[in-house]
Amino acid sequence: MSATRAAAPPASRRPTAGVRPAGGPRGSTLLRHLAVVAVAALLLVAVSYGLEPFRNFQLATVAAYLCATAGLTVLTGLNGQLSLGHGALMAVGAYTVALSQNAFADRGVTGQWVLPISLGAALLTTVAVGAVIGVAAARLRGPYLAGVTLAVAVVVPALTVTFDGVFKGEQGLPVPVEPPPAALGPYFPYERWQLWVAGAATLLVLLLLGNLVRSRFGRTFRAVRDDEVAARLAGIHVARTQVLAFVVSAAGAGLGGALLGVLAQSVSPGAFSLTLSLFLLMAVVIGGLGRLAGAVWGAVLLVVLPDLTHTVSDLVTLPPAVAQRLEGNLPLAIFGITLVVVMIAAPGGVQGLLSRLGRALLARWRPRRT
Amino acid sequence: MDRFVFLTLDGLSRGSVYAASALALVLIWRAARIVNFAQGAMAVAAAYVAHSVTSATGSYWLGFLAAVVAGLLLGALVDVAVMRLVDHRSPLNPVIVALGLVLLIQAVLGMVYGNEYRPAETPFRRTALSVGGVAVLSPFDLFVFATIAVVVVGLAWIFTRTAVGLRMRAAAFAPEVSRLLGVNVGGMLTLGWALASGVGALAAMLVVPTELGLHPHAMDLVFVSAFTAAVVGGLDSPPGAVVGGLLVGLLLSYVSGYVGSDLTPLAVLALLLAVLLVRPAGLFAPVAARQV
Repeated sequence: MSATRAAAPPASRRPTAGVRPAGGPRGSTLLRHLAVVAVAALLLVAVSYGLEPFRNFQLATVAAYLCATAGLTVLTGLNGQLSLGHGALMAVGAYTVALSQNAFADRGVTGQWVLPISLGAALLTTVAVGAVIGVAAARLRGPYLAGVTLAVAVVVPALTVTFDGVFKGEQGLPVPVEPPPAALGPYFPYERWQLWVAGAATLLVLLLLGNLVRSRFGRTFRAVRDDEVAARLAGIHVARTQVLAFVVSAAGAGLGGALLGVLAQSVSPGAFSLTLSLFLLMAVVIGGLGRLAGAVWGAVLLVVLPDLTHTVSDLVTLPPAVAQRLEGNLPLAIFGITLVVVMIAAPGGVQGLLSRLGRALLARWRPRRT
Repeated sequence: MDRFVFLTLDGLSRGSVYAASALALVLIWRAARIVNFAQGAMAVAAAYVAHSVTSATGSYWLGFLAAVVAGLLLGALVDVAVMRLVDHRSPLNPVIVALGLVLLIQAVLGMVYGNEYRPAETPFRRTALSVGGVAVLSPFDLFVFATIAVVVVGLAWIFTRTAVGLRMRAAAFAPEVSRLLGVNVGGMLTLGWALASGVGALAAMLVVPTELGLHPHAMDLVFVSAFTAAVVGGLDSPPGAVVGGLLVGLLLSYVSGYVGSDLTPLAVLALLLAVLLVRPAGLFAPVAARQV
């Protein structure tokens, strides 16, 4: 049934180089991923000492987005379900963390263990919401699923205004966060601590997702994406697989949203509009559907491109009114054009281009050696 | 009772606009098997053109005409310049491209006109006339009804009574055979996009004044309602889209009148989910054999 085939580029259907069954010549997948994550963590700590505070904060934002884009990659790239509602799921996570942190602060409970509990609560809430949407989504295909999740993306921010007794409407909620632990010294920059928190959470998510993708579940995700009927014939419970993919993906989005809320120290509906959902989708498409590495490119792009246009519009002297209009909208326009062009010209995204380049180089290099 | 009558008529008036938007979606779905997620943004762009023309010339009707023409051209442009080039093997690709267009169009509108609400002009007053002490319809509502009726009848006439309509239906139904019989299938597709986009632009001209005003995001919720209307009618059926639009309009009017206007988005989502889960082919689709 062609209606369920994913937007993933044909290249990703081929087994990627480096995929070997667990316990193969390179040892277990878990150990390999653990090593990668450990190196990444060390790099992150080193980088966090080398960068100025604002760059640390930006990197932390990349990490928060990465949680969400990695989740969306699993859903759209690996399972072939399109969700325009991940911005709304991020809002669910962010508001849960805000409510939880406020509840702790109101009762005078403090300590470094409070934030992980709030993040966990955000994760669980989003998983519950994701399961509800996922059960509905498992029965829907193609444009219908897109339409429903689009409605979710439009409706959820509006709910914060409807129930403004709890969510405080347009102005949103503050997210009280503890200062860095005293053991790190009195002059430890707050932004570096933010990067550590967000980075740790994101690396954990990536480790789990990376293993999931290489596991039996990852294979069933891809089987359902590529051919539902064949997957069913092979004994895969299609609906259950789709719900599972949605729940996993929602968890990523929820944690990403919660981290964003923690980083910004406030949540408001304006930050989780339909545009955010479209941004996430754009990020995974441009990064490269079907690969977790693509999610990294996408998350970086989400933070860097607005910053870049800001810098460019600062260089050119413009009347303030024009500059203000350009500043908010130019990144949107660039994102939009890029999304359309990438979809038409390079459906594999950045990561697809890179691996094609890598394969081409490898092919030129190998014959010479033999 | 007075309130019920008022809400019903108001709902029908809003619903007729949703019906037109839904009709535009159905037109493209039937022709190209694409749900045009950019339709709301394209329609707003046309409405901004109308705004510019009206403020330049001072004539509402010139602006109205400009909006429809802009809608037609934009639809043709989107088909020829973008959608034609997309790989259609996966149904996700056109959706993603359409969403890219949404970002692009809204950003361009924001750059040119600014992200603030602008008041939208109406040709007639929006205060309700009363019949026998009961507030019923405003002159603008009557204008909406009349315009939509003309559009629906006009489309029905084009598709069932003219040679072009026959070719368009043939091109959508059996592209290969039509091509062999000398139908310009690509041209018919472009014509379908243009028509649909023109109808969408018309709907935007009729709905924007009843909302907060002109804004790059003015059609976001309207689009969701229109999509719901199209799904309620079954994406394949033009009469279904009209009935679905009226139903959605009535539902929203009752919900906002009796429960609270804040809850209308939630009501749309609930209706959409209910229809898709209970009767995914829509209320008017014939019972289909199982598809594999």
